[in-house]
Amino acid sequence: MVIIHKLPNRRYGMPGNASCPGCPESMGLRYLKMALGDKAVLVIPAGCSSVIQGIGPKSGINFPILNIAFAAAGAAASGMKAAFEVQGKDYIVVVWAGDGGTADIGFQALSGAAERNEDIIYICVDNEAYMNTGIQRSGLTPYGAWTTTTWTGKKEHKKNMPFILIAHDVPYVATASVGYPHDFIEKLRKAAKIKGFKYIHLHAPDPVGWRFDSSLTVKVAQLAVQTGMWPLFEYERGSFKLSPFSKKYKDPSKRVPVIEYLKIQGRFKHLLNKPEEIKKIEEYIERTWWWIDLLERSTNPAKTARELLNK
Amino acid sequence: MGENKITSSQTCVIEPPKTFFWAPLSKPAPAASGKTGTWRTERPVIIQEKCVKCLLCWLYCPEDAIIRKEDNSVEVDYEYCKGCGICAAVCPVDAIKMVPEEWGGKQ
Ligand SMILES: Cc1ncc(C[n+]2csc(CCOP(=O)(O)OP(=O)(O)O)c2C)c(N)n1
Ligand code: SF4
Ligand code: SF4
Repeated sequence: MVIIHKLPNRRYGMPGNASCPGCPESMGLRYLKMALGDKAVLVIPAGCSSVIQGIGPKSGINFPILNIAFAAAGAAASGMKAAFEVQGKDYIVVVWAGDGGTADIGFQALSGAAERNEDIIYICVDNEAYMNTGIQRSGLTPYGAWTTTTWTGKKEHKKNMPFILIAHDVPYVATASVGYPHDFIEKLRKAAKIKGFKYIHLHAPDPVGWRFDSSLTVKVAQLAVQTGMWPLFEYERGSFKLSPFSKKYKDPSKRVPVIEYLKIQGRFKHLLNKPEEIKKIEEYIERTWWWIDLLERSTNPAKTARELLNK
Repeated sequence: MGENKITSSQTCVIEPPKTFFWAPLSKPAPAASGKTGTWRTERPVIIQEKCVKCLLCWLYCPEDAIIRKEDNSVEVDYEYCKGCGICAAVCPVDAIKMVPEEWGGKQ
């Protein structure tokens, strides 16, 4: 359990950086520092986090960073870890990639690194669009959301990245949210102790691209969990389990109606008086939880996917 | 020509560069993008009597602009606070108020 008052009183973020007010990425970077301290070295593909650093000679992110081409984060991190191993240094190599850098352009390097079971932590900071270049749709933009390339709302559902990584059968896969830092920090600390490939998908509501007030970042993040849109879970060495904050939302009657989540975001404005569209989002939530139920039942007690196949 | 000429019978030894500073290296430091306090349109004001020292504002502030003191009381670093209002939104006892910034960012 992470207790805020026990966290050492020091500078975790870096004030005076270039992020927008209320930015979930700089929030997440602070939690990363709280969890891993000065042991972590970041690999960042193109995205807002490249810009948050500023143009130099000062950097607005409180970590040593290798900035790398969009498609290459997984590969570059694998090489960096190998170099540290040869030198006998025990730094934790962390990829900090946007949703585009993870699910679209960086996908093959990620999948390759996962398949080779490289000893790195891969964090997808999911603000559900290509924010740095001005809010274009990505594979992780949810159904119905406005972006500058989906004027009338996106027609496809969000790609389920955590499940895709579970299918890679890596040692650790987890979802997290900037609205629940305790949970995220705990998962990071756990991941740092596991050898092999670790994937953490961090949900990061973005006031700029999602069109909500900058003071609501935390509220929107928490609503995503409470409506069941973003379930928090862990898949650890073949065993799937829901995280404490999401457990009770397995029961649909406990969930906050999804409209509460949609109506505070400008990107869903055009959907609000279309019940059939909202129904589609509700069905998506149902489907996600159906998968969760399936994974929970089939992987407990812990079984690897290979074991299940051999049965 | 002369001494530096490499003939086919010599091995070419490439001297490693003395310094590596030709690479564009940045070091973490405050104000990489200037004093971001000037971006603010609203400023958070902490009502110290109401504060219960839960540190939630300190935890959630994306900018590290909440200064945590020895006794866990908090203060805003107006030099860098961007005025997002998250601290006021997460405060469980409403001890932080957002008030409009004065023209010219006077304190
Ligand atoms: C190969 C390549 N294509 C396009 C770009 C332009 N580009 C830079 S950042 C960016 C968007 C990044 O989006 P995402 O990965 O979702 O991260 P976010 O900005 O949302 O944090 C794009 C398209 C690039 N740098 N390299
Ligand atoms: S667009 Fe979003 S993710 Fe990018 S810097 Fe601004 S708030 Fe942060
Ligand atoms: S208004 Fe935003 S930047 Fe300023 S202290 Fe509060 S949370 Fe931090």
